[in-house]
Amino acid sequence: MTRTSPETAVPDAPVGDGPTARSGAAARRWAGRVGSAVIVVWGAATAAFLAQIAQPGDRATAVLNLRTGQVQERSPDELAPINAEYGFDRSAPGQYLDYLGGLLRGELGTSYQQHRPVWDVISEQIAPTLALSVTALVLAWVLMLAWVLLTAGRGRVAAGWGSAVDSFLASMPQYWLGVVLLLGFAYGLGLFPVVGGSGPVALVLPALTLALPLAGFLAQSTRTEFERVLEQPFVLSARLRGSGDLAVRLRHVLRHAAFAPLTLTGWALGATISGAVIVETVFTRRGIGRTLVSAVESQDLPIVTGIVVLTAVVYVVINLVLDALYPLIDPRVTP
Amino acid sequence: MTTTIETSPPETVPARRPAGRTAGAATLVLAVAGLAPWLLAPGDPDAIDLAATLRAPSAQHWFGTDEIGRDLYTRIVHGTGQSLTIGLGAAGVALVLAVLLALTATLTPRPVAAAADRVIDVLFAFPTLLLALLLVSVLSPSPRTLVFAVGVGVAPGYARMVRAQLLGVRDSPYVEAATALGHRRRRIVARHVLPNALRPLVAVFALSVGQCVVWASSLSFLGLGVAPPASEWGALLEAGRSYVTVAGWLVVLPGLAIVALAVTATAVGRVLATRLEPGE
Repeated sequence: MTRTSPETAVPDAPVGDGPTARSGAAARRWAGRVGSAVIVVWGAATAAFLAQIAQPGDRATAVLNLRTGQVQERSPDELAPINAEYGFDRSAPGQYLDYLGGLLRGELGTSYQQHRPVWDVISEQIAPTLALSVTALVLAWVLMLAWVLLTAGRGRVAAGWGSAVDSFLASMPQYWLGVVLLLGFAYGLGLFPVVGGSGPVALVLPALTLALPLAGFLAQSTRTEFERVLEQPFVLSARLRGSGDLAVRLRHVLRHAAFAPLTLTGWALGATISGAVIVETVFTRRGIGRTLVSAVESQDLPIVTGIVVLTAVVYVVINLVLDALYPLIDPRVTP
Repeated sequence: MTTTIETSPPETVPARRPAGRTAGAATLVLAVAGLAPWLLAPGDPDAIDLAATLRAPSAQHWFGTDEIGRDLYTRIVHGTGQSLTIGLGAAGVALVLAVLLALTATLTPRPVAAAADRVIDVLFAFPTLLLALLLVSVLSPSPRTLVFAVGVGVAPGYARMVRAQLLGVRDSPYVEAATALGHRRRRIVARHVLPNALRPLVAVFALSVGQCVVWASSLSFLGLGVAPPASEWGALLEAGRSYVTVAGWLVVLPGLAIVALAVTATAVGRVLATRLEPGE
């Protein structure tokens, strides 16, 4: 990250604008980015802690009732070990420091209901959700690029249809799309497994359910830029040099137009994770989403907050990676 | 160049009208369904007919019937009011929160503004549904929780939008001119910054109503929103979910109502946005 390059010894570098100054400035920008990333994660952790504190009623009683499946008053003798185990007997600032310290060690807390570390519960369920999210993200990009390349800047009719489909897809609720796809392709045509299942075939419909609205959303931001760039002088000069239409679109226009949706990738991955909550319910798949829904139902807050904090971390890491990638895509962006 | 400028207005203006008219008509239908549902569906939404359960859509039951023979069309029409109320309420919560955060982040003294800036960034790291689910898990499901949770869930995105809007106006040449003329800061904020920055919010509000209805119905679909005996659209979805294999219309048609509302809200938002644009 702090790239102190070997070229610092170049003799004729102008003072103040030389590589030294530039790499120093880059290092400072990176320090700033990492700093705000840390602040976002800390803020998310604080929000997660406040949510746990804000839960109404006595938490130790809630834990015992969840574990035994009964709702009743508990005696202090019964509550004492729970309070000691979860640290509920400590002061609020003490609990906050405990929580932050745990997060630094990679601990997300202990589930109220399952009486196991939250991290264990999450790591058991994360693989299918990750497969779903990443497939959906890739699929959304492929569909979006194909659709924009096909329709943008090809006359008013194509552009009108293009953007109409974009906004229709973007406003489609995932549960509805999922049910329609399920009824059409799984029950109607019998092409895909109806419930659960593993392997790539079972992934198609759930991934498509997540990908289509996302593709519409990404296409909206790509299309505007794509049509603007098509009018630029350098596109005309590329055509004059004899480049074919597709080559111009792929090599010159797309490089500029892909920038806007790329900045949305961190947000988009977060959106696929929260979309997984719905898609996994529709298609009765295993995964983080189902775990989250049942944790919300039973008010098992450590699991809910664990997933929330983890999502914030993923979001922040992706945005840092993107920050590192921008200068490679657009040389005008300083690292 | 000049020719395109001359020919463009007659081309674009009539093209916009039909969209505006369709959106207006759809809004009217929604308003009637919300305020006086009996005009569109005279029947009783809770009338049980055990002789006609899970009937597919037909001339008699336009949208089919549910597991105890209630007419789905009547239930959807009568559920419009509650769905719209939840959408309007959540959009209201979202915008009030967004404007408060954005105002704090742009027009207050430095340390406070910087803190509000950070709060917006932190909240934006949470996907809408996760933020809403976090609130539902603390407050336990109910219609009131739903309005609050969805409102808070969508607020960060709007807060960023309003913040950008306020910054654009605050640093604009006309505000600079007003400052150079020696006007007081408070007067500049009240006369120039707020009206210009907040005017686009009318359109944003329309957009966000559609978005909020979709999110609220998503929570209901998960069983964490309005509970089934009600005919609110999300509740209809949740009730229909168990019968999706034998009676797909019980989920597809209420979902279609929600899609229609979302598309209408987006269209109304677009029309308002172009009308409110000062240059046009």
